[in-house]
Amino acid sequence: MTTTEAAPTTVIGQRRLRREDPALLTGEAKFTNDLAVPGALNLALVRSPYAHARIVGIDTSAAADAPGVIAVYTGNDLAEHWAAPMPCAWPVTEDMKNPPHFPLAKEKVCYAGDAVAAVLADTEGAAQDAAALVNVEYEPLDAVIDLEDALSDRVVIHEDIGTNKSYTWALKVEPDDGAIDAAFERAAFTVSERYVQQRLIPMAIETRAVVAVPQPFGGDITIYSATQIPHILKLMMAVTLGIPEHQVRVIAPAVGGGFGSKLNVYAEELLCVALARKHGVPVRWAESRAENTQATIQGRGQIQHIDLAADENGKLTALRVRLLCDMGAYLQLVTPGIPLLGAFLYAGVYDLPQAYDFECTSVFTTMTPTDAYRGAGRPEATYAIERAMDALAAKVAVDPLELRRRNFIPTASYPYTAWSGLVYDSGDHDAAATEAARLIGYDDVRARQQTQNVEGATKRLGIGVSTYFEMCGLAPSRVLASLSYAAGGWEAATVRVLPTARVQVVTGTAPHGQGHETAWSMIVGEKLGISPDDVDVLHSDTAIAPLGMDTYGSRSLPVGGVAIAMACDKVIDKAALIAAHRLEASADDLEYAGGAFTVKGSPDKTIPLAAIAWEAFSAHDLPDGLEPNLEAAVTYDPPNFSWPFGTHMCLVEVDTETGGVDLQKYVAVDDCGVQINPLIVDGQVHGGVVQGVAQALYEEAVYDSHGNLKTSTLAEYLVPAASDVPSITLGHTVTPSPTNQLGVKGIGEAGTIGAAPAVINAIVDALSGLGVHDVPMPASPLNVWNAIHGADGPTDTAGTDVGDHPGATARTTTGGEGAAS
Amino acid sequence: MEISVTVNGSVHSHDVEPRTLLVQYIREQVGLTGTNIGCDTSSCGACTIHIDGESVKSCTVLAVQADGADITTIEGLATDGQLHPMQQAFMENHGLQCGYCTPGMVMAATSLLRENPHPNEQDVRIGLEGNLCRCTGYHNIVKAVLAAAGS
Repeated sequence: MTTTEAAPTTVIGQRRLRREDPALLTGEAKFTNDLAVPGALNLALVRSPYAHARIVGIDTSAAADAPGVIAVYTGNDLAEHWAAPMPCAWPVTEDMKNPPHFPLAKEKVCYAGDAVAAVLADTEGAAQDAAALVNVEYEPLDAVIDLEDALSDRVVIHEDIGTNKSYTWALKVEPDDGAIDAAFERAAFTVSERYVQQRLIPMAIETRAVVAVPQPFGGDITIYSATQIPHILKLMMAVTLGIPEHQVRVIAPAVGGGFGSKLNVYAEELLCVALARKHGVPVRWAESRAENTQATIQGRGQIQHIDLAADENGKLTALRVRLLCDMGAYLQLVTPGIPLLGAFLYAGVYDLPQAYDFECTSVFTTMTPTDAYRGAGRPEATYAIERAMDALAAKVAVDPLELRRRNFIPTASYPYTAWSGLVYDSGDHDAAATEAARLIGYDDVRARQQTQNVEGATKRLGIGVSTYFEMCGLAPSRVLASLSYAAGGWEAATVRVLPTARVQVVTGTAPHGQGHETAWSMIVGEKLGISPDDVDVLHSDTAIAPLGMDTYGSRSLPVGGVAIAMACDKVIDKAALIAAHRLEASADDLEYAGGAFTVKGSPDKTIPLAAIAWEAFSAHDLPDGLEPNLEAAVTYDPPNFSWPFGTHMCLVEVDTETGGVDLQKYVAVDDCGVQINPLIVDGQVHGGVVQGVAQALYEEAVYDSHGNLKTSTLAEYLVPAASDVPSITLGHTVTPSPTNQLGVKGIGEAGTIGAAPAVINAIVDALSGLGVHDVPMPASPLNVWNAIHGADGPTDTAGTDVGDHPGATARTTTGGEGAAS
Repeated sequence: MEISVTVNGSVHSHDVEPRTLLVQYIREQVGLTGTNIGCDTSSCGACTIHIDGESVKSCTVLAVQADGADITTIEGLATDGQLHPMQQAFMENHGLQCGYCTPGMVMAATSLLRENPHPNEQDVRIGLEGNLCRCTGYHNIVKAVLAAAGS
């Protein structure tokens, strides 16, 4: 028999409107903090104002006596409630240092925002009022906010491990010893660059929230959390709290964005559960924005050194990377693994021989822990290679786009085995670059620069190019094992045809804005030849969808979506046996199309899926040995990552007198293989691009020399508003992935990965006639002005200065203009 | 203090603490949770509602200040099971992803069109600069508002 794979596509590829929207547009959708839970106590936390201090004493008496207060707890009070420290699932090396981390600090605090006491009260206001009455005596210690200072161990943050270094992880690939050194020695051109990835605050507009509802006389507990990972959270709750796993149910209601920040197991989730069990009543907590900027993970935070060696044509011959990475105060769920996700992408989309030398050292600092933020290691890698390629183009004296073309992995060589041994599934980099160049009018801009960027010009035009790969669809479990990640990368799906022929899909993905209900219903509609409107998608509740690995790393479609397609195949295979029985034919002689089985060559001998669904349910006349009901479950472990790619270009005009950057046009050509719903794909790219532009131009978590976060509210941290960004011109090429039956790749992070280097390359291009070689991120007016007027380039930025950050001044300047108001 | 307000056409009277913000009152005492909270500095606009026809960030108003006011929240926009044209435009143009900023964004956008029925793209971008979205990059929000203006 054949399945719908051979049939013409009818549903996949439609710009179908999202079924999620009406509830979200009308206020009907319930986010975690919208849930009404009678009798719930409210949790408020007392947080350290110091970045680094010893806790001398905590006096909770005034708080305990305050109106409405039920109880006040310190770290010592709750020490017996934790069966294990808070989890880090990615011990990247055997000797990695991972200081024990508990929901409430006991002896010392290691970042401003570290929680030291918990207050339970009958209202949120009473809990917060009482939290202010907890008197904590601290002995302040020196803060460590500079990565090189941290590495020096001048001040050791976690005394019991004796060093601030968490680990060094290396990856060196060369045909024989010394080959890389030799390549650098005989290179016609080399570049050696240093870049800084400033810390970013993910800033999902919904902050975190938790409600834990216990069943005191059965031991079961239900946790509602604004999380991306209900399944992982369930497992980790069981492990850290010592609760039998089958008694834990996690529900992620409507979730208001994540971007990696809700891919974690947080202290407040553990506290709500522990205290709900202790008191036998529901406990809830809602994070304020000021808490969110400090107590929710931050992203990036790396100093990057990248060296390229190239031959006389600018063709890459070797590549060396050294990273110094900021873990923050503790290791959260996947903190140490983030730089490793980038380790395989520093050669970008280029045909690098086996001459790759990567080493990453990660250190603790007295700042908020870092972890996954949209792209997670891959935007950092792409930034470094794409900035360095522009530096190389300048040395070779060739156009940056031409240099890239000379280095692209040839289309004919796909599937392509990279220097690392990883196989890139498919790509056509020249096509994406050509399309982007057409959309932005590349040659025309170059011509305009000749007349505009003349000596003395104060409005200078720049064009920036960025070509990228995204290693996504996390991930083949065996590859994760080789990287020492604790879990696998599979995804589960169940497709169930109900007696009335309506279809239920159960998925282990956990959407928080990505439109999975719409997209998954389209996959099933396509596969089963039915209307997507007849498909319901169930998710994000571990009692309904017990198996899953959740949503992050652009994995949901290439892993979870493919699992659903495979489950549909199994449903069709089973239905075919029933159809063959009814039609008195061999299953091999049936074809399935348009929601019905037909005997090949006998169009009148047909039976619709609806009839088979009822047959399967009634089970009155099934083939011998066939189980009743029509459903199939699949757990899919992908054979490979998926490798979306593309080219981004942007056009800027830089005012050399003010340092202001006018982003005039942004073009993104992304190739994510087959698009299930182009409407959703476009939306993912738009949002991703603006987050990348935000890193390039606006955002930075600024700490002062005492470790205080100076950008702790949305008044200081410049999330761009509509008026700060342009419309985005999108193009697409479609190069199907050969590794899955849908031909799909992920798209969630591509925009962010491509954007920041495109913007900075454009700014540097605009200023290249003035001797400017680099501009630090964020390219605020002050940073740009300093780059233009500094002696030989920009001042240093995050991680290098011990003292107040230059970006802080820039922030005050631009913030005062109300860019984010 | 006792206040009485009209919310989406219904009169509500409650005793409120003087420090209660209007957004807290709407969410916790009136029980309408469509109005969201995204910050504590009146920066994000997620809590935007209409008071006497004007768009207001409901975290900038004390509940007691709203005594006697006529308030519309996101729950009051759709009528007779039909989405408001602005809601429809957001849906048709994929102007929302996670949907958390959306109620505030839609309320701000309807107010924007009341003041300027025929905005250009720049008018829309500047008109919505008090409302932050982290998902969409604003592209499709702007498109939705322009589409609603044209319809």
